[in-house]
Amino acid sequence: MTAALTTPQPVVTPPPSEPGGSRKRRRSYDEPPRWQIYLPLGVYLVFTLVPFYWMLLFALREPGSDSLVPWPITGEHFAKVWNERGFDTYFVNSMYVGIASMLMTLLVALSGGYALARFKFRMRMPFMLALLCSQFIPGALMLVPLFEIFRELTLLNSLWSVIIAETVFQLPLSMILISGFIRNVPPSLEEQAWVDGCSRFRAFLAVVLPLLRPGLVAVGSFAFVHSWNHFLFALMFLNSQDKQTIPVGLNTLLGSDSVDLGALAAGGVVAAVPVVIVFAFIQRWLITGFSAGAVKG
Amino acid sequence: MGRGPPVENGEAVMAEAATERTRPRRRRRGRTPRSLPYVLLAPAGLLMLGFIAYPMFSVLYYSLQDYNVTKPWRNGFAGLENFREIFTDDPFFWETLAFSAKWVFVEVSLQLVFGLALALIINQTFIGRAAARALVFSPWAVSGVLTSTIWILLYNPSTGLSRYLADAGIGEYGTSVLADTGTVFWGAVIAELWRGVPFFAILILADLQSVSKDLYEAASVDGASRVRQFFHITLPHLRDAIVLSTLLRAVWEFNNVDLLYTLTNGGPAGQTTTLPLYVAQTGIHGNEFGYAAALTTVAFVILLFCSILYLRLSKFGGDDK
Repeated sequence: MTAALTTPQPVVTPPPSEPGGSRKRRRSYDEPPRWQIYLPLGVYLVFTLVPFYWMLLFALREPGSDSLVPWPITGEHFAKVWNERGFDTYFVNSMYVGIASMLMTLLVALSGGYALARFKFRMRMPFMLALLCSQFIPGALMLVPLFEIFRELTLLNSLWSVIIAETVFQLPLSMILISGFIRNVPPSLEEQAWVDGCSRFRAFLAVVLPLLRPGLVAVGSFAFVHSWNHFLFALMFLNSQDKQTIPVGLNTLLGSDSVDLGALAAGGVVAAVPVVIVFAFIQRWLITGFSAGAVKG
Repeated sequence: MGRGPPVENGEAVMAEAATERTRPRRRRRGRTPRSLPYVLLAPAGLLMLGFIAYPMFSVLYYSLQDYNVTKPWRNGFAGLENFREIFTDDPFFWETLAFSAKWVFVEVSLQLVFGLALALIINQTFIGRAAARALVFSPWAVSGVLTSTIWILLYNPSTGLSRYLADAGIGEYGTSVLADTGTVFWGAVIAELWRGVPFFAILILADLQSVSKDLYEAASVDGASRVRQFFHITLPHLRDAIVLSTLLRAVWEFNNVDLLYTLTNGGPAGQTTTLPLYVAQTGIHGNEFGYAAALTTVAFVILLFCSILYLRLSKFGGDDK
């Protein structure tokens, strides 16, 4: 029965696979000359890539070398940050925070987003407005009261303080987005499932959820990248070495009296790798995902 | 408070305020209790009440207090004393406010210009487009601390880029971008630009892809140049997206302290201290929670006021859409 339910693939979500097809699309209106594309793009690519290269260079070349090519390659700096500077622990902590706050954000935002998309109730507009307004509240300025709250809850120096804080500040936007995605799924699809005897919950799982996949990937990876990167909450709420996250570890490296540039760069690479991998997977879904979340007037 | 929130959804919310949403027509079978939407919203609502609304009110409360954990004998109700001190006795507040304004304006406008240009280029069809897009967007995913790390490596006077440029005869040895009061601003601006431009490029590209190709074709047939097409078709179409993304980004640039905190820590000589950074410094290092809370309140009100003003002035969601 579920098979029958998932078959109707309506026009709801734009297909995420677009890059291959773009080449086939010949445009009949005049196109700019090639150099007008490649020249600025090339210049911009240099601006984007040189900093990355610089970090790799410092992370990979031998200490004391000032060659512009990281050769011979050494893993010394990585071994150092990983084993001596505690990046092995930081990495695990950051992963934990990133994945936990991503899952929490998705779960809570899905539930709330569904309510906002599918029901009409008195608190609906006020709630939407509150979500929108919360975008203006500076997380950095909430540090002190949040600190007090987590102290009351005895969550200070527990990763949960950071996970909760990240989730809360991810939520509004994620919920607005997800409710947009859900609204793009025609309600009739769900209704058919109800006719077939599905509960609302099962209908949601079987019919709506699969169609939300591109959007959920976008929102989820957004949440992951954000909490992986975020620095101030971890800096404030976690104070023992074995609870720190990668950005705080990097900051410690930056702040030490004689900055070991090789170790710093290697730490930077460790910080960059997961987000770059996530980004590589999602970047083509990002644009379609965000366009799909929008309702065009 | 994310980096890079999408634009159109704000639009969706606004549009919704205007038009009554069509509710899924379902037969009532008595299986869905009326409380269901509230139950579904409860987790989000409770989290936001507990960790956004409550802290906000406590900020308001503390802003009227003299509150310093290291000097408890002084603690107590202070009335509007903190605010009086901010506005009349604290020149550094005005300095940080002016710097915040400058920082936000320069960052957002440069990011918008470059992001728009980049989106227009990547929206073209050319060989290597997918790869170029992936590479160009990649700094988007990079954190403020990591950005600082990378640019500190680049700006290092003895091992950074300037040394190699000096080797090649460009510039001088020992140029320390971040320690020099004359260059630190642009040094920080460029670092933030590096990871900020992709945000605009991504959002504008998403919106560009919804412009109907027929419009360009028709304009082209009518003999409109590409420049004219840009100003008469592309830009009007992008207007709401640009308004919202600049607003979100401005708020974000105002609030975000990661980069400046780690890159310059507000220095040299307090030159690159934004208002939120000042708040963080007074609250965290100075332990003056009451004063920091008052500063927070002032910052929030300024932000809200500017945002509303901006939306009004830009005639957001205007008639031509």
